[in-house]
Amino acid sequence: MTNLLDSFLIRAALAGIGVALAAAPLGCFVVWRRMAYFGDATAHAAILGVALSLALSLSVFAGALAAALIMALTVSALSGRGYAMDTLLGVMAHSALAIGLVAVSFIDGARIDLMAYLFGDILSVSRADLGIIWGGAALVLLLLWWRWSALLTTTLNPDLAQAAGLSPSREQMILTLALALVVAVAIKVVGVLLIAAMLIIPAASARPFSATPERMAALAAMIGTGAALGGLVLSYRFDTPTGPTIVVLATALFSASLTGKALFRPRA
Amino acid sequence: MTLISVRGLDVRLGGRMVLRNVSLDIRAGEIVTVVGPNGSGKSTLLRSLIGAVAPARGRITRAEGLRIGYVPQQLHIDPTLPLTVARFLDLPRRVAAPVARTALDRAGADDLAARQMSELSGGQFQRVLLARAILGEPQLLILDEATQGLDQPGSAAFYARIAELRRDLGCAVLMVSHELHVVMAASDRVICLNGHVCCEGAPEQVASAPEYRALFGSGTQGALALYRHEHDHGHDHGHDHDCDHDHADDHDHTQGHGTT
Repeated sequence: MTNLLDSFLIRAALAGIGVALAAAPLGCFVVWRRMAYFGDATAHAAILGVALSLALSLSVFAGALAAALIMALTVSALSGRGYAMDTLLGVMAHSALAIGLVAVSFIDGARIDLMAYLFGDILSVSRADLGIIWGGAALVLLLLWWRWSALLTTTLNPDLAQAAGLSPSREQMILTLALALVVAVAIKVVGVLLIAAMLIIPAASARPFSATPERMAALAAMIGTGAALGGLVLSYRFDTPTGPTIVVLATALFSASLTGKALFRPRA
Repeated sequence: MTLISVRGLDVRLGGRMVLRNVSLDIRAGEIVTVVGPNGSGKSTLLRSLIGAVAPARGRITRAEGLRIGYVPQQLHIDPTLPLTVARFLDLPRRVAAPVARTALDRAGADDLAARQMSELSGGQFQRVLLARAILGEPQLLILDEATQGLDQPGSAAFYARIAELRRDLGCAVLMVSHELHVVMAASDRVICLNGHVCCEGAPEQVASAPEYRALFGSGTQGALALYRHEHDHGHDHGHDHDCDHDHADDHDHTQGHGTT
């Protein structure tokens, strides 16, 4: 195993699998709850966290996690105060991204490859990164597994959850936390601009072949993993940027799922 | 026995006073209907009873270990969420298969267990929601505009089923509806709400109360009588239809009834 981890390709593959496994089931909730834009905003905010942590010489992971969390909490707090959710998110997402980009430019001496944070740099994943990615992914999966039924009930209807003795606001917080975690661990793999793709595309591709929420989450995880591994191989072979290649492959799988749906279920 | 007791309840939503000084009691086994115009705080009242809205003032006392079954006003299930009826009943806690089957049976949804929630018709969906609400054999069944989106025969059948459930389970029923005449006739007690409790009592009392008339006009009086009439002859299927029409004409209140 030690020798295996010496290969950057193996490390990249493991990083991709870790992110895909955590992002896919969470992505199902993002799709079911129509939080796609929320996920995007959280991810964009992470670039601000990256800039700050580079300026303060902190861990990029911690900075991105904090920024993503603060963004998610701010949006939750501001919603319902006279602005539509998507307006709020539009303001916050793009301002966070812009402020982050400006902030990065102030960091002198740092030869930051901005592209690496915008689109990911999976081939440079270190052992330490791998530990963080798998630790974060495991935490997200654990959270989702622990709260699965409660999260599903809240997703159906908050009042229904309340009547069943659950706290919808607590379940919302758990999803927010999981989302921030996924964003933070996925930066290295696909970058802030494409994280939402890893959340949404596998889940959307799994939908036509799923009769239960659990099956959709499992299928999404498989599709996400396939896209990550396949994308890695393709980008190596054709010398294309890895993050975008993974997303392109995921999109191809999504198109295939639409075709498959048309073939297997002519009525639907 | 009093199941739930509300005293001097004030509720604010977004700075607006939605409920003012509301007091009411729900006793075991009775059917209570809350009527009131749009924005009168009916749903807010139910939501505060299940604990989804915190009161600004006043208190809500539930009987020890009270089991509440709740049917929400609207439940939009996103089509991207695959969910069978059986799985829906298992949320948030798994229930034993026989329990689920009994509940579906009682709610008249016994043939729907394997269906996808997103493929159900409005009536089927309501029956499944009802089945879910009675899974735990509740002592109090709370229904918020449960017949929204059902046509008239559909909602009449739904209320008949509620009455049947009350008989079988012995549960109290608290419901909110805009269908004044149908709902009121099926109730033991009616509470007329408009931010505060305007009046309260047996359906006939409330319907003739000046406060109620001020809110809804006297037009529903005829409709109430119409339903009573229909109800009295409920078993006489052959003449049911005719009675309906005759009576409706008498009261010059044919709108909506002509097609029954």
